[in-house]
Amino acid sequence: MKLTRRSVLAGASIAILSGRAHAAGKYSPGASDTEIKIGQTMPYSGNASAYGVAGRNQAAYFRMLNETQGGINGRKINFISLDDGYSPPKTVELTRQLVERDQVLIDFYPLGTQCNTAIQKYLNQKKVPQLFVASGASKWGKPKEFPWTIGWQPDYHTEGVIYAKHLKANVKDPKIAILRQNDDMGNDYLDGFYEGLGEDGKKLIVADATYEVTDPTVDSQILQLRNSGANTFFNVTTPKFAAQAIKKVAEIGWKPNHYLVAVAASLGAVIRPAGFDNAQGIITSQFLKDVTDPRWDNDEDVKVWRKFMADWNPTANVMEGSNVSSYVVIKGLEHVLRKCGDDLTRENIMRQAASIKDLELPLMLPGIKVNTSPTNFYPINQLRMAKLEGEHWVVFGETMSRDAV
Amino acid sequence: MDFFVQQLVAGLTSGAIYACVALGLVMIFVSTDHINFAQGEMAMFATYLAWAMINAGFEYWIAFGLTILISFAGGLFIQRVILKPLETAPVLSLVVCFIALLSIFNALAGMIWSYTIKQFPTPFPARDLFGNGLVSVQQIGIVGVTLLMLGILTVFFRYTTLGLAMRAAAQNATSARMMGIRVSWMLALGWGLAAAIGAVAGMLVAPIVFLDPNMMTGILVYGFAGALVGGIGNPLGAVVGGFIVGVLENLVGSYIIGNELKLTFALAIVIGVLLIKPAGLFGRVVVRRV
Repeated sequence: MKLTRRSVLAGASIAILSGRAHAAGKYSPGASDTEIKIGQTMPYSGNASAYGVAGRNQAAYFRMLNETQGGINGRKINFISLDDGYSPPKTVELTRQLVERDQVLIDFYPLGTQCNTAIQKYLNQKKVPQLFVASGASKWGKPKEFPWTIGWQPDYHTEGVIYAKHLKANVKDPKIAILRQNDDMGNDYLDGFYEGLGEDGKKLIVADATYEVTDPTVDSQILQLRNSGANTFFNVTTPKFAAQAIKKVAEIGWKPNHYLVAVAASLGAVIRPAGFDNAQGIITSQFLKDVTDPRWDNDEDVKVWRKFMADWNPTANVMEGSNVSSYVVIKGLEHVLRKCGDDLTRENIMRQAASIKDLELPLMLPGIKVNTSPTNFYPINQLRMAKLEGEHWVVFGETMSRDAV
Repeated sequence: MDFFVQQLVAGLTSGAIYACVALGLVMIFVSTDHINFAQGEMAMFATYLAWAMINAGFEYWIAFGLTILISFAGGLFIQRVILKPLETAPVLSLVVCFIALLSIFNALAGMIWSYTIKQFPTPFPARDLFGNGLVSVQQIGIVGVTLLMLGILTVFFRYTTLGLAMRAAAQNATSARMMGIRVSWMLALGWGLAAAIGAVAGMLVAPIVFLDPNMMTGILVYGFAGALVGGIGNPLGAVVGGFIVGVLENLVGSYIIGNELKLTFALAIVIGVLLIKPAGLFGRVVVRRV
């Protein structure tokens, strides 16, 4: 037999392939028989550092997995979560470091809309999963353009639609005033809100005031909104400004139907500082259980979560919502990785992430399910309305989603 | 009309806050000839100290007083330990040092007390002054405390030996030294006073904007604008400037340019003043022999 260069190469590659088949699994960089390497960028410092709670809690969870169960599928999790200070250029630099030097398998739950936007193209070029993006923007579910990026939580647009639908069905003769942060988040909510109000909906809006995150207070804006004679207040703010707005609205004696976006509906970080008395009757939407509500005291999932927090993350403040949301998404990741079995290639991870069917995770409200498909990259697309009564959010009504409302 | 009055009062309230921050800036400028970029963060840190004391069970006014004393000592300490070695360093080194202080205080507060916003108690009763929802006691209280501080400072700088010595040390260190003034300690006193004023400002604003490590970042820009408008070397000017910026910002924001351009407006004021009247409305033009 004549030995050509091509046949030698072919033979060699067969040898490599068959050699692989004998080993325990198929791997992309970052995975092996003993380890799964997971990267993440998080704002542990800087002006969004309140969200850093999420990364700390997830590190605690992986530590728990490694020490009590030997990781996932017999592989220890090596979790590298880096501080980007919520600054997109820093996110890019650190993500390159994670992919090229640390060779992580996936970028899991990187936080922040701008930060994720900055790394989306790069990760898709490198074919590294940008798995379950920690941002409520509506742009993470575009599998055609960005097959390696998938969102997680219900997006702002969907939420905006849902408030509008609820408002149209429940408020008589609505005259709406909007306070919104002048950025992508505010616009996303507004677009959804318009969509939900429908054709003639814009006429219902009598005032629309914006604020910048650099503004010391929103007092002036609240006065403008009240002055418009509105009877409904759509409050599209981040925690600090939400607390200011709630307090000011009560202070000047304005009593509108008050819709507060989920981003700012944390009991511990917003409602308590603003004063429970000032916030009675405010409506928001949720997909997670409010673990501070005694109603869930006997709930198995909540008990397990509380025990986990007490044992593995005892210094964390359990009132902070990020400790719940970061826990739920990590359960989602665990589901995907277990499904992958020994095929820990990046391709398979995306395949599994895009074929979740009616998955119910601990701490999600009853009725909320995770669903994905090769064309649906919005894993959680449902919400339930909730109203503040006493010191707790009380869930009411049916499960609502963007299409079904 | 009600709307106008409310916006005016809201403007005066924010103006008072800017004025407090501006006062702190002016204090350091008057006594050391520098602009302290860490002024806001020092105030924020002091406010956290007060918050921690109140949470530990101290009465509000005791915590208030203690915080002012601790801040004064802290300011003194910063000047003695960190800035004294830099006394002869070029101004750029100092700027870098101030910015470093800014991020150190910010990160330290976050590390110790976390970034979740906290409620800070107010000493003023939560009710209207006239019962018509226009002016709250809290708003009047803030304005009152600011004016009171201004009064004390004016008297201090104008009529006390120590105040005069401090001004002399800043304006002409060599001559002051020949007169027997301990110049270096005067600078340290200036820092202590500025830190104490900052602490008062922080404790006044925290009930309104809520306490968090980034509480003063936005306010500092406006405070800076206020100080420049009034003249960075003049306490009265700084307070008037602070009020002007606060009121203008609110009225211009509500009636003319909209809320989007409020910060831009503050920055435009800074640039405008620097171009047209660099010494500010109340500032004296300083002539230096070169």
